[in-house]
Formats: sequence, C-alpha cells, structure tokens
Amino acid sequence: IDYTGTEPSSPCNKCLNVSWDSTPPCTCTINFTLEHSFESNVFMYYGLSNFYQNHRRYVKSRDDSQLNGDNSSLLNPSKECEPYRTNEDKPIAPCGAIANSMFNDTLELYRIDNDTRIPITLIKKGIAWWTDKNVKFRNPTGDGNNLTALFQGTTKPVNWPKPVYMLDSEPDNNGFINEDFIVWMRTAALPTFRKLYRLIERKNNLQPTLQAGKYSLDIAYNYPVHSFDGRKRMILSTISWMGGKNPFLGIAYITVGSICFFLGVVLLIIHHKYGNRNTSADIPN
Amino acid sequence: GDVYDMSGQRIEINENTEKVDFSYNQLADPKFAFYDHSLVEAVKLGDVPTHRFFRLLSLCHTVMPEEKKEGNLVYQAQSPDEGALVTAARNFGFVFRARTPETITVMEMGEIKIYKLLAILDFNNVRKRMSVIVRSPEGDLTLYCKGADTILYELLHSSCDSLKEETTEHLNEFAGEGLRTLVVAYKNLDEDYFQDWIRRHHEASTALEGREDKLSELYEEIEKDLMLLGATAIEDKLQDGVPQTIETLAKANIKIWVLTGDKQETAMNIGYSCNLLNDDMEDVFIIEGSTSDDVLNELRNARKKMKPDSFLDSDEINIQFEKSSKKPKIIPDEQANGVYGLVITGHSLAYALEGNLELELVRTACMCKVVICCRVTPLQKAQVVELVKKYKKAVTLAIGDGANDVSMIKTAHIGVGISGQEGMQAVLSSDFSFAQFRYLQRLLLVHGRWSYIRMCKFLKYFFYKNFAFTLVHFWYGFFSGFSAQTVYDEWFITLYNLVYTSLPVLGMSLFDQDVDDRWSMLFPQLYVPGQENLYFNKMVFVKCMLQGIYSSLILFFIPYGAMYNTMRSDGKAVADYQSFALMAQTCLLIVVSVQIGLDTSYWTVVNQFFIWGSLSVYFAITFTMYSDGMYLIFTASFPFVGTARNTLSQPNVWLAIFLSITLCVLPVVGFRFLKAQLKPTPSDKVLLKIKEAKKRPPPPSPKRRLRRTSTRRSGYAFSHQHGFGALIMSGRNMRPKSPFATTGTFSPNSDKHKHKGL
Repeated sequence: IDYTGTEPSSPCNKCLNVSWDSTPPCTCTINFTLEHSFESNVFMYYGLSNFYQNHRRYVKSRDDSQLNGDNSSLLNPSKECEPYRTNEDKPIAPCGAIANSMFNDTLELYRIDNDTRIPITLIKKGIAWWTDKNVKFRNPTGDGNNLTALFQGTTKPVNWPKPVYMLDSEPDNNGFINEDFIVWMRTAALPTFRKLYRLIERKNNLQPTLQAGKYSLDIAYNYPVHSFDGRKRMILSTISWMGGKNPFLGIAYITVGSICFFLGVVLLIIHHKYGNRNTSADIPN
Repeated sequence: GDVYDMSGQRIEINENTEKVDFSYNQLADPKFAFYDHSLVEAVKLGDVPTHRFFRLLSLCHTVMPEEKKEGNLVYQAQSPDEGALVTAARNFGFVFRARTPETITVMEMGEIKIYKLLAILDFNNVRKRMSVIVRSPEGDLTLYCKGADTILYELLHSSCDSLKEETTEHLNEFAGEGLRTLVVAYKNLDEDYFQDWIRRHHEASTALEGREDKLSELYEEIEKDLMLLGATAIEDKLQDGVPQTIETLAKANIKIWVLTGDKQETAMNIGYSCNLLNDDMEDVFIIEGSTSDDVLNELRNARKKMKPDSFLDSDEINIQFEKSSKKPKIIPDEQANGVYGLVITGHSLAYALEGNLELELVRTACMCKVVICCRVTPLQKAQVVELVKKYKKAVTLAIGDGANDVSMIKTAHIGVGISGQEGMQAVLSSDFSFAQFRYLQRLLLVHGRWSYIRMCKFLKYFFYKNFAFTLVHFWYGFFSGFSAQTVYDEWFITLYNLVYTSLPVLGMSLFDQDVDDRWSMLFPQLYVPGQENLYFNKMVFVKCMLQGIYSSLILFFIPYGAMYNTMRSDGKAVADYQSFALMAQTCLLIVVSVQIGLDTSYWTVVNQFFIWGSLSVYFAITFTMYSDGMYLIFTASFPFVGTARNTLSQPNVWLAIFLSITLCVLPVVGFRFLKAQLKPTPSDKVLLKIKEAKKRPPPPSPKRRLRRTSTRRSGYAFSHQHGFGALIMSGRNMRPKSPFATTGTFSPNSDKHKHKGL
C-alpha cells in the first residue's frame, strides 16, 4: 500500500511536505481491504523507492566499531561518517548518513470489525538477523546498564527526534541493538527496497492471522520522500520455503528450461542433418 | 661375394668388442672402426672375390684424391657415399692414391698397381649405374660396374643366380635398416671386342647429332652379362629421422630453406637424401648466375614457369607494388602451379640480396616448396633470414649447429641450436637447443603447438573472467546512482584474481593439451591454425569480450531479479547490499570455474585440485572473513559479518546461482556445438578423426625409422647429376688444385650435415 500521498486524494497528501521534526507528527489513516485471509505468519514491511541506499558515500558513511560498542569509537567516530560525524563539537552516536536518515514513520494496523478498530499486535523483535543483533551491533560497555550514562558525551544524529538510547523502552531493544535501527543499517542493494518492519504472529490454529476484511493503517508521517521523488509503501506478506513472493525465479526457470529444450531439439536436428558433413575424409592420415 | 657393411655397427657390438687391427695397412684412416674379423681375414688371405670387390670400390668412382703429404689422403667426392666407399676400400688395403686422365694408381695390399683407365661410363639418372673399364698392370681388361640393384640385376650373367638370391636377402636387410645400397659387378672383356667398342665409343662421343642416345646405346651394349660381386650398404649419415622430420614439417605447412656452406652438389644431395628435393618435383631451378642481370633473368624465368601470370600488370601484387612507396611491406603468399625447388648459390645470392633484386628473390623463392642456398657465408645466412622477416608475415626459425650459424640463429625469431660435434657457439646463442635435428619436430609440433594453445586459452580465459568480473559494476552503476559503489566485497575484489581464479587458469595453461603428443605428431596439419593465428586474434578477443559482457549481464541481472523485492524464508529482507554482493560474487566465481572446466580439454589431477580447491578456498575464506571472530578482532575490516551464513542458507540464492550458471554456459556450449557441426575448421576435423581413431585400438607409436621402399633404396650413392666422368677423362681438371677442392671434407665418421629450416 502506497502511502506516500502524492495524489491529492490520498489521506496522506497533507503530510507530503512535512519536515522530519514537526511536532506533533503529521498523522494520516489509510483504509484498505484484504481480499483473502492470511493464514500463516504475516510480515509487515515498509518499502521505499528511488532511495539510493546503495550510493557509495552513503554506504560507507557509518562506523562499525562504534556500532559494535567500542568506547573509543563512540566518542571519536570514524572519518567516514563526515559530515555526520560531530554536531556542535559533540560526537554523533550513531554517526554517519545511514543512521542519520533512519526511517522513522510509525505504522499501526487496525482491523475494522463492525466499525470498531481492533488493534493488531505488531511484534517488533526478531526482525533483524541474529548475527547483526548479537554480534555486529552492541551497546557500549561500561558501568551499569544505564544507556543514558553510557552514551554520555555524545549527541543524537541531526535528523533524529530522540537520542539513540531512547529508541525503545525495553533495554534489550534499545540503543544500537534496537532492531528497527539494525534493519535500517543493513543497507539495501537496490534503490527500490523493502525492509521488515513488524511481525504479526499467528495466535492459534483456528483462525487465520489476518482475516479477509477491512483494515486501517495509521501512519505517523515523519519521513519525507517527496523531495527526491521517493515513494513509501507498506507491504503485508506471507512467505513460503523459498522466501517472499518473487515470480522472477519461477519465470526465469521456465523460460530457460524452454530455451534449453528448444535448443536441444534444434541442435539435434542440425546434428542429424549436418553431422555427416564433417566426416574427416579429406584429412589424410 | 662378401657382403660389406660399412659401419658394421650391429646391435651386439659395443665398446668392448675388439676392433679389427688395420695395422697391416698404414694408409688406413685411423678413425675407422670395424668389427668383423672374418672379412679382414678373407682380405689378408687373398680371397679372390673379396679382393675383386675392394678393387672395384677403389677403381669404379669419380673421386679425386688429394695427398698433401705422404700418407695423408683426403678424398674429394662428388657424393659423400662414393667417398665413403672409396675410403672403405682404402681401409681394407685397396688404397686409391692418385688419378690421371688415363691411369688410376691403387695400392693393393701394400703393392702399388697402376691401372689404365680406358673409359668411364658415367652415371646419370636414367642409367642409375656407372662403370669403368680398366686395364690392369697384368693386361687384363675389366669392366667394373656399380649401380642400383633394380637396374643391375637385369644385366647380370645367368651364372650368378644363387649369389643373386643371397645378395637380395642382404639388400633387403640393409634397406630395412635404412641403409643406402648399391650392387657391384664386374666383367672381363675380350680385347678385340673392346677395341671395336672403344672405336665406336669414340665415334659416338664425337658425333654431332644424338650423341647422348648413341652413347647410352653403346653403354648398354657393353654393360651386360655382368658377374655379381656383392652389395654395399652405406648408412645414412644424416642424423636420425631427418627426412621424416622434414616431411612432417612440410605437412605442417612449414617452409623449409636450407642455408649451407656446402657446395652445390653436396647440398643438393643432402636435399635429395633428406627428402627435401625429390623426383616428384616439377623442376628444380638452379640460380648460379654471376652477374646481377643473370640472376635477375634466372629468377624471372623460374617465376614465369611457376606462375606465368605473375608478370601481367593485372597481377594484384604487381599493382600493389606500383601503388605503394618503397618502404618495406608484406608480400602476400603466391601459389605456384606445381611443386618446385630452388637452389641458389652463394655467389648469386650476393647479387640477389642487393636492393632491387630482393623482391624478385623473395617472390620467386617463396613460391617454391624448398629453397636451398649453398656456399653461403654466415652473414648471408643472416641476410636471408632478415629478408624473409622483412617481406613476409612469417615467423622464422633458424636451426643450426655450427659457429657459422650463430648470426642466423640470432637474426631469426626463434633460434635453435643443435648441440653436437661443432661446439657450443650455436647452442649458446640460441633460444632452444637439443642434440638432434629430429627433435625439432617435437619442439614445434608438440611443445610449440601446446604452448600456443595454452597461451591462447590463457589469454582468452583471462580476458573473459575479468570482463565478467568488472562489467557487473557497470550495470550496477545504473542502480547505485553511478556512485562507483562496488558490487562485491572489497576483499573479494582483492582476492578474485589473486587467489580464487589464479590457480585454475594456471593449471590449464600449464597442462592443457587438446591432443596428446603422439597425435599431434601424426597429424601435422594441426600446426596450421597456429601459423594463421587462429586461436587468438582480434576476432577472438571480441568474442571473449562479448562473452564477458553477456556473462556480466547475467551475473548482475539474475541476482537482481532474484533479490528484487523479495524476502528470506524467515521473512527478513534479503535484498540488502551485503547479501547481494555475496550472491553476485558466488555466482561469478562458480560461473568462471565452470567456464574453465569447459575450456580445459585435458584434465589432470592438478587441474581438478586447482579448480575444486579454488572453490573450496573461496567458501572457506568467505565464511572465515564473515565470521563473528574476525569481526570482533578487526571490526572495521570485515563488515560483512554473518552475511555468508544468512545468505547462503537461502534456497532461492542457490536457485539463482544455478540459473546464472546455466545461462552463462548455455550459449557457449550451443555456439561451440554449432560451430563444430556447421563450420568445422580443418583442425576440428582432425580432432574428430582422432576421436574416432581413439575408439579403435591405439596406433603403433611412430616408427623410428621408416622402411624405404624398394625403388628408393638405391642409386643414391651417386650424385644426382651427371657425373664428372667426361671431365676426368678429358683431363681438364687435373691441375694441382682441383676445382672441386673445398673446405668441406668427407670422412665416414665425422659426418656433419647441416639443415637450416626456415
């Protein structure tokens, strides 16, 4: 579901030109209908288009040491982070353009059942790779578990409304190991990409995770994409053993298979027709 | 009827065998080694047929003796074989010492006898025999004849049938060993008949018309009812396998020029004996003019005969000459209307190498199958090589063994030195050196060919793999805002050429061979593609490039398609940059490994090891570099932590990898198949034939020495020209220093025949 709001009719059109720090955030609601029910676990993605997360300077603009909890890097981030390295003579944590541009829309999903909005539980943990969560990203170490103290001496990224240690209330999902943050930091290879936002788990076996019906999506529209002609989407998807829906491989395999078969037949005919021609009779012994 | 085998080096003879003591004969060549005692005993005992046999050898020839000081005899033989026979007779005590127009002085077992030489019935190609008629000091008239067995057998007296059978057996044995054989016979003449004959002979030789015919009629009249004495056999003193090598090289489309310091006759004889010149040739032109104009005319005539229209203005080469300026240019190959040989003497060559005749020489000489330059100086050798290098788009190879070949060896593109009796100069200045001429065949047809094929495959593969590697970035540029973002991990870029793909291609370029050495020797045609630069040229490069571009497209867009807007099987996003990089680089590496598998036609353990090893090293290094430990130690260097584990466990990643392999390989296989089916090159055909032949039991390895056919086995103990009989009889050449005296000497054990292939 595209909620960028470029069309004037879109409920989010009013938010099109918001800036990142408008308070309170511009909110909009989009209603949609699911034709089919989703039987198994449902994954909720946000998708961005025309967002060059793979730009060379963008990709480099991070400090893995800092994100790994190295205390010296925390206060003295890598030069790669420029110009998002320091702000007002304080080091930025997390530094760099990637972190600075973190996706910060908030999406909430409601099922509309007889005009009552039933919120759907969105799980925000378990959306990042295990290795990222446990190895690559770590909070700085120090006395106690008070992240506020640990991030002492740093400042928030320029575009962030809140510092990194206030991303979440749960301590194991806060700071650098906040999974939304981790997901964002895993830069996409292509300018059109989607990232996992939330999980919707199947509660029991009796009813589908998401029944067919009407739903509404509440959006806290913080993330401006209009300036670079970007698009924002919300995607709900189930997955199979092969991963998400992607017809490419199937089509490609069928095509290549047919080509192979066709080629095989053609070459067989050619071989039968012309195969005799290259008898080597004209080569003397 | 003793059968005399000059070398006598049968297999069972070794260093320890007692040599025959020739001390009874102080004129014997001290280097001569002989092992058959019975023969010497027979000589010593004065066995009549044996004596007669050797007497014949010492009388019936056109050799000139040179005795500068007493007891030091040097023979100047028109053909080396003749010299060898006379030398042999000398060693057995029948020493040919001097010759005047009318007499021949022979020391028979220490006793000087002067024979009156009454007539020489000279050799020619038709007669294939020669005879002398001598009067012995005792007054007996005898005709001694030696010649090709096929001819002489017809002329024998019926009384020697049993001996004939025995001799035939011996002849077959000799021929089988590759020896050059002659049959010798004699006939006692009746005084009256001879007087009558000599009168008619005189008449015939002074006749104005049909002299040749009349003479040969007379010769045939007297040369009949001969008594067989035996057969001689002379070992081919060329190095082993020279004729076969030359034949094979000629089949491989290699043009052979012989540049030798020997005199013309020797050079031509060598030419004949090593199959360069043969009777199948339409003509052998001999250029021996002594002025610039003569040489020009001779060259032009030769060319006119070979290709009459090459003098027309419409001939494209002539047009080309007129158009272009004077600067050196490449003369295209011209086709003659037959097989020709060209012999040019050093004297004429000096003129021919002058500015305005150069072109004539090159054009004429290159139309001939064989060019022999004789009596050339070392400098001229180099000049000839230079000439060919200048005007022909050809690679020149000079092979020689002597110090006088050094300049030539250095001038030619490839210099080969034969290490032998003539010292090390040639070897030291050469690129390759070996002990025998015949190894040249193996050097060129086997090692040269393999090396060429390997080099080309190496280059092709190298271009391909780097095109496929690099161009992916170009396609990725369209999706990353042209920001020079690399598709692959930096470490992969570093290690790709260094570790992952270096050893397989090295293994291929070291060990690859399309056919093994036996087959490439059997089919010299396989050498031709190399001469025509078929395996690597601009066209091939473009093909490589196209293949590389195609592969890079596949290698980018298949991962792109597979990643685009998709998720992992646990719902997490997979389209992140690191996963994409890993997928693309895995695809690339497997594709180029499969490609080298397709290119390799000769699998060794090393190849397998390298290819599988490289792949496993790739996965090992990848998993190591992307592991937690490495990340924790060098955080900034290995940002790809966990990517390998998370990505390579995905089925769709592997499906995409498999798809890209298929797509990359499919057109290559299809193209190669179609090409082999529809437009097979000659070497494809040969390869196919070899493949067929391989199914049958393997052929016997090439024989070391081909059996000579019966027509070829004799008659080469003579010069291939008219002999000097008439000259000897006329006495014109009986000056103290013979005009045939040259620096080249011939003695049976210090033979040296040089062949300079070009």
